[in-house]
Amino acid sequence: MLKVSNTEEIVFTPELITKFNEIVARYPEGKQKSALLPILHLAQAEYGWVSTPVMDKVAEFLDLKPIEVYEVATFYTMFFLKPQGKYVLEVCRTGPCCLVGAEKIMKYIEQKLEVKEGEVTPDGLFSWRGVECLAACGMGPVLQIGPEYTFYENLTEAKVDELIDGLRLKTAEKAQII
Amino acid sequence: MGRKLLLENINVPGINTFDVYRQKGGYRAVEKVLKGMSPEDVVEEVKKSGLRGRGGAGFPTGMKWSFLAKPEGKPRYLVCNGDESEPGTFKDRYLMTYIPHLLIEGMIVSSFALGANTSYIYVRGEMMPQIRILEKAIAEARNAGFLGKNILGSGYDLELYVQPGGGAYICGEETALIESLEGKRGNPRIKPPFPAISGLYNCPTVVNNVESIAATVPIINDGGDEYAKLGIGRSTGTKLISASGNLNKPGVYEIELGVPVEEFIYSDEYCGGIANGKRLKAVVAGGSSVPILPANLILKTLNGENRLMSYESLADGGFASGTMLGSGGFVAFDEDQCIVRNTWNYARFYHHESCGQCSPCREGTGWMEKVLHRLEYGHGKLSDIDLLVDVSKKIEGNTICPLGDAAAWPVASAIRHFRDEFEWHVSRPEEAMD
Ligand SMILES: NC(=O)C1=CN([C@@H]2O[C@H](COP(=O)(O)OP(=O)(O)OC[C@H]3O[C@@H](n4cnc5c(N)ncnc54)[C@H](O)[C@@H]3O)[C@@H](O)[C@H]2O)C=CC1
Ligand SMILES: Cc1cc2nc3c(=O)[nH]c(=O)nc-3n(C[C@H](O)[C@H](O)[C@H](O)COP(=O)(O)O)c2cc1C
Ligand code: SF4
Ligand code: FES
Repeated sequence: MLKVSNTEEIVFTPELITKFNEIVARYPEGKQKSALLPILHLAQAEYGWVSTPVMDKVAEFLDLKPIEVYEVATFYTMFFLKPQGKYVLEVCRTGPCCLVGAEKIMKYIEQKLEVKEGEVTPDGLFSWRGVECLAACGMGPVLQIGPEYTFYENLTEAKVDELIDGLRLKTAEKAQII
Repeated sequence: MGRKLLLENINVPGINTFDVYRQKGGYRAVEKVLKGMSPEDVVEEVKKSGLRGRGGAGFPTGMKWSFLAKPEGKPRYLVCNGDESEPGTFKDRYLMTYIPHLLIEGMIVSSFALGANTSYIYVRGEMMPQIRILEKAIAEARNAGFLGKNILGSGYDLELYVQPGGGAYICGEETALIESLEGKRGNPRIKPPFPAISGLYNCPTVVNNVESIAATVPIINDGGDEYAKLGIGRSTGTKLISASGNLNKPGVYEIELGVPVEEFIYSDEYCGGIANGKRLKAVVAGGSSVPILPANLILKTLNGENRLMSYESLADGGFASGTMLGSGGFVAFDEDQCIVRNTWNYARFYHHESCGQCSPCREGTGWMEKVLHRLEYGHGKLSDIDLLVDVSKKIEGNTICPLGDAAAWPVASAIRHFRDEFEWHVSRPEEAMD
């Protein structure tokens, strides 16, 4: 559910504001509300999830009532209303993918990450969840990772190992450089 | 080999770029319409082609275009439906990924026909990579003078934008899509009025599927009559079929409408038969919302005729023994698959995706999921089977949009054709789970 905390002050960067303005220009005068979904995606890419202060700030930018933003953010499944792992593995759980082993892959991910669906690993790196058909049923099982929604097809346990181990290694290497 | 119109050049290296697409004859349709045709001429060609909406409903595209209202002083919009969320359907993703300029070209031709000066391609938010691909293609087309002001000196202006969704199956329903594009929750509107009268920002709007828009390009290039020569009866032209499930070669195939289902499943040109040497048990032929059919009824109609991949042949027998072509999401089940588990999975999907506006859909999908769950996990009763039929009947036809029907049909048809499997789950609870 919505986490209410107004102690955080959100300031959008000038780069983000430029992108927001470009989006608003796609619609007729006075129809800036149309920019809401694209802007929420950009905000989520920036902050990792959409908190109430972020939504309030988006409302202010688009000249909307905060409730207009909340009702949209809660309707669409792509917007995270609480913090997630740095990498969110979203595995398709729908029929066609299940015919080719999606349920096994989900179990394997749960075992490997040692967290339940929706929970974050202690190092903050991963969370995972089942999502509905991703329009890639012929390449199943599939998973995606935001914010760019990189796609992994024809998953096997070995491919999942490679993916997760690779992301762990990448983070460890980055930490060393810093 | 069947004729290919959309995927003819799909294997040409670099066909995703403007330059290669252009070298292969791309954007000829735009030149043709802007240099020598009136919008009415374009609508006429599309009418002659017999093209039917590839989003699933199969409504004649040319007729829909001719219904577009043209009140003075109001803009008109074309919105392309790239929401593609129907389980089993992945052809639009394929087209947008590998040959994005075909869609852009189709958007220009179609927008011109409708007199739209601003058009949107609404793509489901999860397809962020495809959104980037389309944005790049739009920039290339604009640099080459095919978008923007006074295209090719014709005086026609067009701006084209890509809009991301937010993850909601219901936003593929055209009025929910319009709500979503207006920055709202995806709650479908009551039709009529159809979008052609009052759509985006209450202006006349045409919503068309990605594949329908793409198909206007060969229709303009070759003429509507040529297009109509392909296919069979009122199922003219070619259709992209998304094939998934237990097949040797799942994937996207462009077929000429009228190919026998048996050939589509077993021939090497298409799916190459059932995977792992298993036998075919059932097929969902047109995306998760259409009735499931057992192998014998998908291969032959009740009268013993070969079933063909066409709107009419797949529907032969009505819901008693037929199904629908829908969006062309062809899902094959091998002999080891459990129909009860699959039906529960689909019911969960529809419950999850119901927008919640109508009680029969909101409550009914929840009930169906719950009852199917207990049957699948060995806690069901025999009376649950009839309860499911009863709930599905109470949803059907009683809702604002067809998502309710889409949720009811798979359950009703699974019970119609596989009742023994449901009963088995009740009589052998300890084995039901394996
Ligand atoms: N591709 C996908 O992912 C999915 C496709 N579907 C398909 O969607 C279908 C249902 O779609 P609907 O849009 O509800 O069907 P519909 O039959 O109401 O409309 C089809 C199209 O024709 C237009 N139309 C119909 N009558 C009209 C009239 N008198 N004047 C002007 N325009 C008119 C509508 O505006 C719409 O664009 C299902 O059959 C299903 O196969 C369903 C779920 C997902
Ligand atoms: C629940 C629901 C979901 C739908 N999803 C899609 C979709 O993802 N893509 C699509 O093109 N049409 C979808 N449709 C059909 C659209 O409402 C509409 O008929 C279609 O976009 C019209 O385009 P066409 O005439 O070119 O097929 C859906 C319909 C319903 C009821
Ligand atoms: S039928 Fe279901 S999805 Fe469609 S409007 Fe009603 S509640 Fe929403
Ligand atoms: S069912 Fe998994 S992508 Fe469609």
